[in-house]
Amino acid sequence: MYPVFEKFADWATYDILRLVPETRLAGSVHFFIQDVTKIFFLLTVIVFAIGFFRALLTPERVRKAVAGRSRFVSYPMAVGLGAVTPFCSCSSVPLFIGFLKARIPLGVTMAFLIASPMINEVAVVVLASAIGWKYAALYVAAGLTVGVLGGLLIEVLKLEKWVEEYVWKIRMGETALQKANNSLKARLAYAREQVREILGRIWIYVLVGIGIGAILHGFIPQSFFLKYASPDNLFAVPAAVLIGIPLYSNATGVIPIVEALLGKGVPLGTVLALMMSVAAISLPEMIILRKVLKPQLIATFTGILFVAFISVGFLFNFLVV
Amino acid sequence: MKHFEVLGSGCKNCANTADLITRKAAEAGVEVKIDKITDMGEIMSRGVMSTPGVVVDGKLVHAGGMPTAMQVEEWVAS
Repeated sequence: MYPVFEKFADWATYDILRLVPETRLAGSVHFFIQDVTKIFFLLTVIVFAIGFFRALLTPERVRKAVAGRSRFVSYPMAVGLGAVTPFCSCSSVPLFIGFLKARIPLGVTMAFLIASPMINEVAVVVLASAIGWKYAALYVAAGLTVGVLGGLLIEVLKLEKWVEEYVWKIRMGETALQKANNSLKARLAYAREQVREILGRIWIYVLVGIGIGAILHGFIPQSFFLKYASPDNLFAVPAAVLIGIPLYSNATGVIPIVEALLGKGVPLGTVLALMMSVAAISLPEMIILRKVLKPQLIATFTGILFVAFISVGFLFNFLVV
Repeated sequence: MKHFEVLGSGCKNCANTADLITRKAAEAGVEVKIDKITDMGEIMSRGVMSTPGVVVDGKLVHAGGMPTAMQVEEWVAS
């Protein structure tokens, strides 16, 4: 898809480092160089472009748009906007309180929080560059569906009782939406700042992800995956989701691993279930949300996502061969 | 003297925001007092739901992420 990065990796691996083609080491190094250059290039360009055009969706605007809507509108809107609204994960708590204070139902609020880490525009472009637009679109569709169903289930079960009491008592001031400075200079400065902030936050996840992907690609034989992760092995999908729960990475950081696993013949559903689990369920996020949610709700929430990701895995393995 | 308040639960972006204000104020030679507001009730009462937020002399000027150096320069100079 991006031949320039492959050519560059060819040149660096075989001409500069003088590695022998078809060896394990050369395979790993080639994968590493190609993905580092490609992913960081894409990240920089996309983040800069989005920052520049500043289709800036702030959580405040989302709240205003979603509040008071019927469920047919608010659920799809919450997951859709959750996917494209940037916010620092340390904002999860004020965001959660702010949504509930605007009388947005708990289910809709949770749907927003489920979709947000799983899908974002940067990860989607990088995913498409690795595995094609068709599969990337399937991932997005599955992620949005999980967000809506997860939120609806939390609403049907009436889990408001498991929100910490103090949340309902907080008095919230009027939110003021600030006007953005739209001059060219301000936009460029903002876009640069976004690149610095976002890359500064996620580069380590991406680099570690590429490293793991490169090792899988070069050193783990295909027969290993055929033995343990073939479509016939019913335990492969639940195992992938379980492995993903304690692991945490930014969605973009999992993509090189997705790429390497698919290359080894691991079925799509198993791989996407792993990606969702790594991106969406994370211990740091749970610890942050513990400030507003009782342990029972965190456990239920994790349980719902666990079942949902396994279902996604099986469904895709069954449908896409 | 200008009074800055940085609203946020104490994450890295909030600390970076406070540092940036300190630095820009020193560069401009403006005397500032910076308070970090970490209490969630207090943050919400200012109408901020995406952090870090910045309040200058009692007025909310920013919310939802690190401000740019340019913005901070404007606040310090205003």
